[in-house]
Amino acid sequence: MIRFISLRLFRAALTVLAVMTFAFVVLRMSGDPAQVLLGPDVPQNVIDDFRADWGLDKPLWRQYLAYLGAILTGDFGLSMRGGAPALDLVLERVPATLILTIPALFLKLSIGIPAGIYAALHRDSTIDRGVIVLAILGFTVPSFVMGLVLVLIFSIQLGLLPSGGFGTWLHAILPALTISVGGIGLLARFSRSAMIEVMGQPFIRTASAKGVKWRDVVWGHALPNAAVPIVTIVGFMVGSLIAGAVVVETIFSWPGIGRLLIVSVSNRDLAVVQCILLLIAAVMVCSNLIVDLLYGWLDPRLRAQPAH
Amino acid sequence: MSLVTPTETAPHRVVTLPRKRRIPLAVAAGLGWLALMVICAVFADLIRPYDITQMDLSARLSPPGTPGHWLGTDELGRDVLSRLFQSVRVSLVIAFGATIISAVFGTTLGFLAAQFRGIIEHLVVMLADFQAALPFLIMSLAVLAFFGSSMILLVGLMGFYGWERYARIARGLAISAGAQGYAAAVVQLGATPRRVYLNHILPNVASTLIVSMTLTFPEIILMESGLSFLGLGVQPPDTSLGNMVGFGREYLTTAPWIMLGPAVVIMFTTLSISLVGDWLRDKLDPTIR
Amino acid sequence: MSFLLEADDLVRVYTGRGGLLGKAQPVRAVDGVSLRLGRGETLGIVGESGSGKSTLGRMLLGVDPAQGGTVRFDGRPMPARNTTEWRALRARMQMVFQDPLAALDRRLTIAAQIREPLDIHRIGTEASRATRVTELMHAVGLRPDQAKRFPHELSGGQRQRVVIARALATKADMLVCDEPVSALDVSIQAQVVNLLRMLQKQTGLSMVFISHDLKVVRNLCDRVAVMYLGRIVEEGPSEHLFANPRHPYTQALVSSVPEPGRRLDGRVILQGEPPNPAKRPPGCAFHPRCLRATDICRSGIPALQPLGTDRTAACHLVAGETRAEVA
Repeated sequence: MIRFISLRLFRAALTVLAVMTFAFVVLRMSGDPAQVLLGPDVPQNVIDDFRADWGLDKPLWRQYLAYLGAILTGDFGLSMRGGAPALDLVLERVPATLILTIPALFLKLSIGIPAGIYAALHRDSTIDRGVIVLAILGFTVPSFVMGLVLVLIFSIQLGLLPSGGFGTWLHAILPALTISVGGIGLLARFSRSAMIEVMGQPFIRTASAKGVKWRDVVWGHALPNAAVPIVTIVGFMVGSLIAGAVVVETIFSWPGIGRLLIVSVSNRDLAVVQCILLLIAAVMVCSNLIVDLLYGWLDPRLRAQPAH
Repeated sequence: MSLVTPTETAPHRVVTLPRKRRIPLAVAAGLGWLALMVICAVFADLIRPYDITQMDLSARLSPPGTPGHWLGTDELGRDVLSRLFQSVRVSLVIAFGATIISAVFGTTLGFLAAQFRGIIEHLVVMLADFQAALPFLIMSLAVLAFFGSSMILLVGLMGFYGWERYARIARGLAISAGAQGYAAAVVQLGATPRRVYLNHILPNVASTLIVSMTLTFPEIILMESGLSFLGLGVQPPDTSLGNMVGFGREYLTTAPWIMLGPAVVIMFTTLSISLVGDWLRDKLDPTIR
Repeated sequence: MSFLLEADDLVRVYTGRGGLLGKAQPVRAVDGVSLRLGRGETLGIVGESGSGKSTLGRMLLGVDPAQGGTVRFDGRPMPARNTTEWRALRARMQMVFQDPLAALDRRLTIAAQIREPLDIHRIGTEASRATRVTELMHAVGLRPDQAKRFPHELSGGQRQRVVIARALATKADMLVCDEPVSALDVSIQAQVVNLLRMLQKQTGLSMVFISHDLKVVRNLCDRVAVMYLGRIVEEGPSEHLFANPRHPYTQALVSSVPEPGRRLDGRVILQGEPPNPAKRPPGCAFHPRCLRATDICRSGIPALQPLGTDRTAACHLVAGETRAEVA
């Protein structure tokens, strides 16, 4: 077990390093930030000064080492616009995003999983069919369409809820709802098929054949075994708590991480974009790590296996 | 033993009826819709009534049903129906190209990992870890924003979507075929790895891979339309479904039809592929369940 | 007589992963095996599951690389696996598998599969390949109308005939059969064994026949090697070895074969757990189950000693007896 955990930690660290390298390469190779930021009409000496100030005149590998070193000491650089520390700018936006994504996650879990399990246990019933159709609809409708349709209905037609902006909790309802719809559909579908697969296994038949109560069969035998694939999806959802709202935040002009990312990307604000990418990757890697450890706990067979 | 399509294992207490031979109605509808979309994409130039950039400022924001503009016009008086045809073509071409790239790339990596194991396998796992760590939308956003958007880059980028799924399937099936099965037997006959993979393993895993493609395809459509919606995908004057929704959004209150048309097309298309894909999976591939 | 195949001191170690801490445990599947196979000879290799006989069979073919020792085929060393020379050599040595359905590609017709070695090694023209396939199908007793069938449409015995036909396509010199009949119905087993015997007589090929079924081996083979936990414990001409087994393990195996007219009470019943290659006992690997084990068996590994002119056995006790006889 110790070996498994340390191997997994090593892989996680490697992944974060890969993301850092990716961010660095893409952002530095794609164009001269000085040119973009200062505009085309600026004299050469101003550009040179700017490049010297930001270390852009050094060879790429030295920039890379300096960048890694800075990140390891917790220095994510300064925003090229306004000069505030990038990390502060990013962290400032985290709560706004979480206000949307945490309730959305709660909605996904509390509707998606029960609906999927119920449908699996009442296979081929009307409710099952309804769940399937709604689930497929849920994750085939893109979030920007869903968001706009909700705005059309609840803000424009009915005038009940604000169509965008950040303020009272009423403002959060539509975006949170939009984020949760796709996840509900996905979870319902996954839980249903995981449950159906487990219910077809011989040990379930054995359990019910030897007279275990139906409720205990479902709760004691079927659910724990169906949990592994469901946990994978949930882990992914937890990992995207920060990253999963880019489109929705744009639609609803919500001042979260996603908006910041879009704005920084269009301003070519390197430090801020790097910082966001790293934050997103770190959260994702952590949740993947937890999911892998949970697997070991849920499914003893996976414990002794090598890395892949 | 028998290789006839196995009926699903009957769950406890429920007696399942033998599966119907006919294609279910929803799947038939899905197939019909997809056929319609393919026709639109192929013949977009012939069937669209106007050029996609042709403006008619006197007929700006005409509602649907206006004679000559059955789906209305946009803020510049361009015919929505014509633009819709072109958008279908662009979105389908991108999704199709990307699905192929991703399938080829992923399958090749999976086979390489199965053939050489060791270091290559670790590299593939690392690449998959990396992809799992950065949500694809975020990664594409960064790349497109900094390299600028072009059709080729867009297709190439989308081609990285979902490769790990093919890689996992291809690797797993190749290893199991190579351990004791027909692949080991053919190697033992003296076949080159090329022959083993192309003539034997690939045809045997093809149905599973095709099913995965039906899963990836709608996701790529959604991804592309999302990026285009954010203004980072297909660039004007060209148009795609997501790009139309993105621009139509500004006229949500005054001219919702600009946005609703492409939105409905996206929904129906992804829905159809999902339905057809699920059905295909049950038909072709008893192992995936 | 020069030998077709000479194997010396072959070693194959698998690294298993055991327990939660994942401590790597080497498993010596094949541990210092030497063999000779004459031209036109049929050599049986018998042993329980886990004795390493299948691994040995694949090593003789060069499919599993040897980690120690050498294999020489027709006087030349075995080329490295997956090289061009190695692949070319496949035309001369072939394998018959335990599970014919797994060994066949379920998407190709049997004619295409029998033809495949000819395609791979580029033997003959289109027309001559087709003729050869017809010929082979006839030789193994398949009907011409079955050429367009798929593996799952045939019975187990017919599938094994397809595998045999495919193995013979390139007129190989050596055939390694790994438990070729153990997955078949008993009634079919005899047919396939007879087919192999007949083909061997007709073509004069050399054959290594791996099986746990002593009756079949006795029936078919000229010589027999008995394996226990990766080592050969006794070897000799089939007739002599079965008539007068010397190693206690061979004695137990031979007496476990029911024979009409023989009473059961003289049987040597094997005791203890079946052998586990991961936990090889010190000394003679067989001693925990041996009725006659003494102290020396628990400490020293017995070497293969010649018994007379054409037999060998690896047992401290047998060696002692022989010496006593000589003295």
